[in-house]
Amino acid sequence: MSASSQKNVAPAAKTAPPPDLETLKQRLEKAVPGIVVEIQPNPAVPEQSSLVVDPAHAVAAARYLKEAEDLRLDYCSNVTGVDWPDKLVEETVIRKQMIRGEEREVEVTVKRRRPGFLEVVYHLYSMALGLGPVVIRQRTVNRTDEAKVASLTPVYRAAEFQEREVYDLFGVEFTGHPDLRRILMWEGFADHPMRKDYVEPDDYEYEPTPHGEVLNKARRHYPVEGTE
Amino acid sequence: MSNEREVLTAPASRPVNGEADEAIQLESAPAYEVTPKTLEDPAGGQALEVAVGPHHPSTHGVFRMDVVLDGEKIVSLKPVLGYLHRNHEKIGEHTSYLGMMPYTDRLDYFCSLTNNWAYAIAVEQLTGYQVPERAEYLRVITAELTRLVNHACLVGFLMHDMGTMGTPLMYAFREREKMLDLFEELTGARMMCNYLRFGGVRTDLPEGWLDRAKAVVDHFPRFLDEMENLLTGNEIVAGRTQGVGVLSKELAINAGITGPSLRASGVNYDLRKVDRYGIYDRFSFRVPLGERGDVFDRYMMRVLEMRESLKILRQAIKDLPDGPIMDPRARQRNLLPPKGEVYGRIEAPKGELGFYLISDGSRKPYRFRIRPPSFINLTILEDMCLGQTLPDAVVILGAVDIVLGEVDR
Amino acid sequence: MMDENLRSELGKRGVITTTLQDLTSWVYNWGRRSSLWPLNFGLACCAIEMISASMARFDIARFGAEVFRPSPRQADLMIVAGTVTKKMAPLVVRLFNQMPEPKYVIAMGACAISGGPFKQGYNVLKGIDRYLPVDVHIPGCPPRPEALLHGIITLQKKIDGQKLTGPDRPRHLKEAVPGEYPVPEYGENDLNPPCNQELWGPRPVVRHPWVRKS
Repeated sequence: MSASSQKNVAPAAKTAPPPDLETLKQRLEKAVPGIVVEIQPNPAVPEQSSLVVDPAHAVAAARYLKEAEDLRLDYCSNVTGVDWPDKLVEETVIRKQMIRGEEREVEVTVKRRRPGFLEVVYHLYSMALGLGPVVIRQRTVNRTDEAKVASLTPVYRAAEFQEREVYDLFGVEFTGHPDLRRILMWEGFADHPMRKDYVEPDDYEYEPTPHGEVLNKARRHYPVEGTE
Repeated sequence: MSNEREVLTAPASRPVNGEADEAIQLESAPAYEVTPKTLEDPAGGQALEVAVGPHHPSTHGVFRMDVVLDGEKIVSLKPVLGYLHRNHEKIGEHTSYLGMMPYTDRLDYFCSLTNNWAYAIAVEQLTGYQVPERAEYLRVITAELTRLVNHACLVGFLMHDMGTMGTPLMYAFREREKMLDLFEELTGARMMCNYLRFGGVRTDLPEGWLDRAKAVVDHFPRFLDEMENLLTGNEIVAGRTQGVGVLSKELAINAGITGPSLRASGVNYDLRKVDRYGIYDRFSFRVPLGERGDVFDRYMMRVLEMRESLKILRQAIKDLPDGPIMDPRARQRNLLPPKGEVYGRIEAPKGELGFYLISDGSRKPYRFRIRPPSFINLTILEDMCLGQTLPDAVVILGAVDIVLGEVDR
Repeated sequence: MMDENLRSELGKRGVITTTLQDLTSWVYNWGRRSSLWPLNFGLACCAIEMISASMARFDIARFGAEVFRPSPRQADLMIVAGTVTKKMAPLVVRLFNQMPEPKYVIAMGACAISGGPFKQGYNVLKGIDRYLPVDVHIPGCPPRPEALLHGIITLQKKIDGQKLTGPDRPRHLKEAVPGEYPVPEYGENDLNPPCNQELWGPRPVVRHPWVRKS
């Protein structure tokens, strides 16, 4: 292959890079008192690391980001819901233990149950200045009774339908949303299908060549004949 | 509705550049309606509620609008979606990365190649694969041909909604058939092309394809001139589309509208110029902008964008280099991308199509999210239709350019 | 009935014989199959191929199906083109009920036959034949317009072969069989009932000895 054909093109996304997340975090902490902001790094694509904002101050933070002169993040591109179920996390902790009469520090592997939560991720861009993306996230307390976050619809109208979809498919309640009802499933539907622990209705009754998981589902309905 | 509204400016007492000590207060009411109206009946019980759809010859697929009419005027319009919700996102969590590529074809089923490109860009950002030059040119050629197909068919459908009994639609489909022949020769399928791969494209051009593509591109301006002759100066088209469905700049930006509808309202935001993904910075083309943001401007956006796409196609076909079509270190099957997340987006013919992937290092994505332009462009359908009549609502919906496969995913 | 030898003898001499019943049914079936008016009913991607089939290149007007009627009361063929979701299924059945007899259903595309590539969906109805009697299934994703035309020709041949009397006569000539099918309702997790038991039932899966055990 000649040298000219080896000229590969750099990967996509050459928008002007957003400002540094550390500076943004400090600015938010100054501008919105009482806010709790953390940085969540993104190991694969570091320029798309995100800020985790607490739901109580999310609207104020979004307003600041939209109206700051050098940011003008006026365009909310994408609102995503993510389900993180309970997870058993293994950690190695150094503990003091009595071994043969002496107190020693030993590394012990401890299994801890990290409680699950639902998360809503917002991708913000600036049409006026061509910046982006700035990714902010809101997390719920748990997946059962406290699945509430603040709605950013009063700040970004683009979030209206997408937050309704997150409510429909994940069950996250958005306080302050003007019209929170199901959008993709029908009104009487009772489940939140995109959750990781959703059980589908069992309608795999007829399968011509079932195998694996589908074979198990077909067997529940009738005996599968032939070589078994 | 006039388009001259005040742009929200920051007053002098607003803290600048992080030197704030006080909290943010909203100084004045915004110049545009941020929160939507709730359903009420201002006619005092005399309003007529009409459910337009989901089976209706004028809606673009199974889409329902609950319209409340006071006489002839629309006072409220609520879209009802979900009649084609096929849960691509749930399937994405059970399928490998390569396995989701055919599913992206079926999102916006008119333009399967641009859907593939958006997904390929997201995965390439995640994995760091570099696309060779010939593959980039092929991607641009197929994407611009897809844009021509989409805009021509959209103009046809819009005119069909206005009552032309299908004549522009037939001419548009005639051009579409020529391009589908090209796609079938290159990719093997007319509509669900499944052509792009992570780090390149799937196959190289067959013999003589480039000449046939050049012939199609050279013939296309005649079709455009014929359409413009019939439609752009037409009194009925002008009467039904000018001043109808006006969308202001600020509301368009705030509501996340992208694509030709945004540019019709005067905002210069085309991802091919902003992000400059692929090799779009090598081509010289202009971005048309509208002035009033009504349906006529949206229709003209499509026509002008078709002419610009022809320019790009001529340049790309002329400059197509030789070389490999795939990154040598790219893996398709058993792709295990690094842990993390990515949001990749392109300028699809309908707007900004983005894919948000969360990877946990395994063969299947943890979260596969599609940012659908048509779904978000429907957010302000109500705002555009208030005060107009029901036939106007049909025309406005036609100009928004929705495809239900993308809206409902 | 007439002796077959006699009939062929007469036929060689240029005399065509038929019964009144056969003649009537030939004319009747010819009239019905030559002008099938489809309902303007496209759901998803297959709808675009259906529109392509009605355009100038793959002309569906040659087969009498030129006018796509917007109203189900005027149509006699429903081409279910595209994925039928559970949210849409009651509406499809209701539209079918509104069509006057004789009516036919073509399931176009893999999604309408059995759920297609979206079979693993919580909202996808795994085939429209769970609620409606389907006459012709056209596989493909999407099937080419020529495949749709082949499907219509197959339906036409099926109509040609229908007898007007006797136990094999079609549904619309039997008074006891209703032409309307029960409309499912939205349940909490699924449609209620999940399928029409009289039309469709799970068939036993038979694994042949030459199929490799997975």
